[in-house]
Amino acid sequence: MEIIEAKDLVFEYIRRDEEGNVEGITCALDHVSLDVKQGDFVAILGHNGSGKSTFAKHINAILYPTEGTVWVDGKDTSREENLWEIRQEAGMVFQNPDNQIIGQVVEEDVGFGPENLGVPTKEIWERVEESLKAVGMYEFRKHSPNKLSGGQKQRVSIAGVIAMHPKCIVLDEPTAMLDPNGRKEVIRAVRALNDVEEITIILITHYMEEIIYANKVFVMERGKIAMEGTPREIFSRVEELKALRLDVPQVTLLSHELRKSGLAIPEGILTCEELVEALGHVARG
Amino acid sequence: MLRDITLGQYYQTDSVIHRLDPRVKLTATVCYIISLFIVDNIAGYLIAGLFLAMIIRLSKVPLKFMVRGMKSILFLLVIAVVFNLFLTPGEVVLTFWKLKITREGIRLACFMAIRLVFLIIGSSVMTLTTTPNNLTDGMEKLLGPLRHLKVPVHEISMMMSIALRFIPILLEETDKIMKAQIARGADFESGNLLKKAKSLVPLLVPLFISAFRRANDLAMAMEARCYRGGEHRTKMKPLIYQKRDRMAYGVLALYLAVCVAVGRILL
Repeated sequence: MEIIEAKDLVFEYIRRDEEGNVEGITCALDHVSLDVKQGDFVAILGHNGSGKSTFAKHINAILYPTEGTVWVDGKDTSREENLWEIRQEAGMVFQNPDNQIIGQVVEEDVGFGPENLGVPTKEIWERVEESLKAVGMYEFRKHSPNKLSGGQKQRVSIAGVIAMHPKCIVLDEPTAMLDPNGRKEVIRAVRALNDVEEITIILITHYMEEIIYANKVFVMERGKIAMEGTPREIFSRVEELKALRLDVPQVTLLSHELRKSGLAIPEGILTCEELVEALGHVARG
Repeated sequence: MLRDITLGQYYQTDSVIHRLDPRVKLTATVCYIISLFIVDNIAGYLIAGLFLAMIIRLSKVPLKFMVRGMKSILFLLVIAVVFNLFLTPGEVVLTFWKLKITREGIRLACFMAIRLVFLIIGSSVMTLTTTPNNLTDGMEKLLGPLRHLKVPVHEISMMMSIALRFIPILLEETDKIMKAQIARGADFESGNLLKKAKSLVPLLVPLFISAFRRANDLAMAMEARCYRGGEHRTKMKPLIYQKRDRMAYGVLALYLAVCVAVGRILL
């Protein structure tokens, strides 16, 4: 079943000068159509200004399409009466961890979403406990968010979204402001949610290493979907990725170069282990 | 360094007073202040003092934290005492040059000093034993009825708690911007007051811009989490009166009755 369906989505930012006259129109999304199935782990990849964040904001009904339609769980996002249901079903995690934590104590922040939904007090506590446990932050429940590391803060933000019991979570560059350790922490938490809780994940990123766990990858460029496929299919098209100014992981790049110079290595190698195995095959046979 | 600043002056410990409902503490503080102005004789102040001493004892907060709050009003205290001492007409006891000290003046000055000291200590007991968060919650609930007069009580308390959350973040940011500018030769230390104030402009402009950007992000994040004002909202930590809160109200009523009896009737 499709949880998210976008059809011919167009979104234009209108730039205005100081008097409010239209200066120009930037087309951030240009006839984008894509489907996401329930339980999938989808990655959307793209360079700055490719329209990936604009697309993310459409799923949560923060932005409305200029043309075309987005359906979340069968509900049209541009209809006012669906707004709160859509925001509950499609949770969103933003880039800057400091600017999305509202509570002064970790557990209060996680409780913020359920409070807004009008969940009874006793159930709020249950939800807070289970969501903090799901991201491994339960022992920090009484801490002040200001004293946590970036990765921990981002996991609290994710817990805050899970506590609303969404069907899918959109993460808009959740790791962009984190150090490599924080990045790993967050990605691990996200993968666990997808595996264990079976929540649909839409991960928006420009780090190639993060997409290898996805079932499906969309690469965006200038408001259009440029490439689409499994991580392996995407990574086997190294030259195209380079043309889109995306950094291919070093292992993939190395195996690509080796293949070009004549070694019998398959395309789209994602991890060191795979390369070692492929090289072993070459050496033996 | 700016990170170490503690907000408000909450003193973390576990006591009966700490566990009381913030509404009880707010009401009690207001009542206590009123009682200080009802009372008009030594016996009354003795009772007010004993009551305060009992509360401090129960709160387990060291006395030096209470006294710390006094420093800021020392100047005010001195002025109040001096004015009362010299400018009250009545039976002259001592004459200095052109100034006269009267018996009534001494009495009024003493009372004024006691009132101010008790007032400050009394209200710092409240801020020392209640987290800022709890305090805003209590205020929201107590002022709730004002909603019918179109006072946005929920919004005000939400703003206060968000402000409390962002103060340390903005302080840290100020620190960062300052360091960045010092590294590029900015001078915040030297010069007279006007020059110092001027040198703050390049600090404040980026700070304001970033604060607005944060506000924008936060508003979006709150909306994404279905925030739509105070209606339909439930509370994770609702304020519910416990047995101890009802007892505290009882004690407060008793105290007020004794104060009125001693301070007003038995002169």
